[in-house]
Amino acid sequence: MQNSKTQETLVGLFVACGITALFFMAMQISNLSSFADENVYTIRANFDNSGGLKVKSPITIAGVRVGRVSEITLDKDEFVSVVKMNIDARYKLPADTSASIYTAGLLGEQYISLDPGGSEELLAENDVMDITSSAVILEELIGKFFTENESE
Amino acid sequence: MIDFFQTLGHSVLSSFAKLGRSCFFLLQILAGILTVIPRPRLLTKQLYSVGVLSFLIICISGFFVGMVLGLQGFYILSDFGAEETLGVMVAASLVRELGPVVAALLFAGRAGSALTAEIGLMKATEQLSGMEMMAIDPIKRIIAPRFLAGFISMPLLAALFSSIGVIGGQVVGVGLLGVDDGAYWSQMQSTLDFQEDIINGVIKSIVFGFIVSWIALFEGYDAVPTSEGVSRATTRTVVNSAFAILGLDFILTALMFGDI
Repeated sequence: MQNSKTQETLVGLFVACGITALFFMAMQISNLSSFADENVYTIRANFDNSGGLKVKSPITIAGVRVGRVSEITLDKDEFVSVVKMNIDARYKLPADTSASIYTAGLLGEQYISLDPGGSEELLAENDVMDITSSAVILEELIGKFFTENESE
Repeated sequence: MIDFFQTLGHSVLSSFAKLGRSCFFLLQILAGILTVIPRPRLLTKQLYSVGVLSFLIICISGFFVGMVLGLQGFYILSDFGAEETLGVMVAASLVRELGPVVAALLFAGRAGSALTAEIGLMKATEQLSGMEMMAIDPIKRIIAPRFLAGFISMPLLAALFSSIGVIGGQVVGVGLLGVDDGAYWSQMQSTLDFQEDIINGVIKSIVFGFIVSWIALFEGYDAVPTSEGVSRATTRTVVNSAFAILGLDFILTALMFGDI
């Protein structure tokens, strides 16, 4: 039996290691560190088809992540996909910003790319972006390709 | 024929009686935990034998499990040209399932069996009844600190297992197989959610710690006080803990991740 002093030290060390591991999981493995929920504003965009876009999909400008998709719903009257996104409050966007859905790599996840326009006005909370281009659905493309070939 | 029904009925009734005893036992432990808090010395001693002594086996197994995941994941993912998502695969499978489950199975084998044998031998050598003679409640003095130690150690051990496993996966994936280091971590961070993955994994490990400590202590306390009885109780601890861990894991996973 070791004396109780070393035992206590070892227990302390063990608990410290365990808590470090918990912190490591929270900060390094999960997305907790990239969260800044309080400093965001919400804007919306209507897409004809939002494809495989998911809640928490990234939103980028020129390849830099500026926010996340927060909600995807269907507009009941016009049958378009309403995508709400949280944008980091540091980035102010012109009112004529356009949004397009792209795929990262051939099989990768889908994300929204914003293309800022030249307007003087800025997008504010809950504004709607008008210029959007929908997700490219691979099957549609292939289908089009085949029907065009046949008609020739 | 009558004999057959008699033995059948007897075994059914006695297993119900055992379940009932274990529930009373759990209530007694929970009531006894309050008396441990003013005596942290008792707890440190048990944390040492339950937690610190399991530390090494958890770290080494976690590292190797992570390395194997990295290796296998790489070969499968490289068929699809998706090696970059290796970090996601390793971290998600560790944090959600393997970390809590394998750590709990190891914990049951390493610490649970030791607890059962210790308590069973105390009972066989009549140390427990000796304490009762001195008006010391063995549940408060012996059982409750051990239960609390198991309950505290298990989540910490599972977190260590997962973290070291992720590092092991990185050593193999990035170090040996050439996956990009930045992609390994960033894909992991952008896919794994703090609440959905990390917190649920920790909840799992807390539940497993509770169950394993309960089973181990009860089997020891309920053991037939002979050397054969103690050895049987130890075996039952490991077997029953494994069943409980794997069965509960399915239920917990269905509850936590079922609606995605």
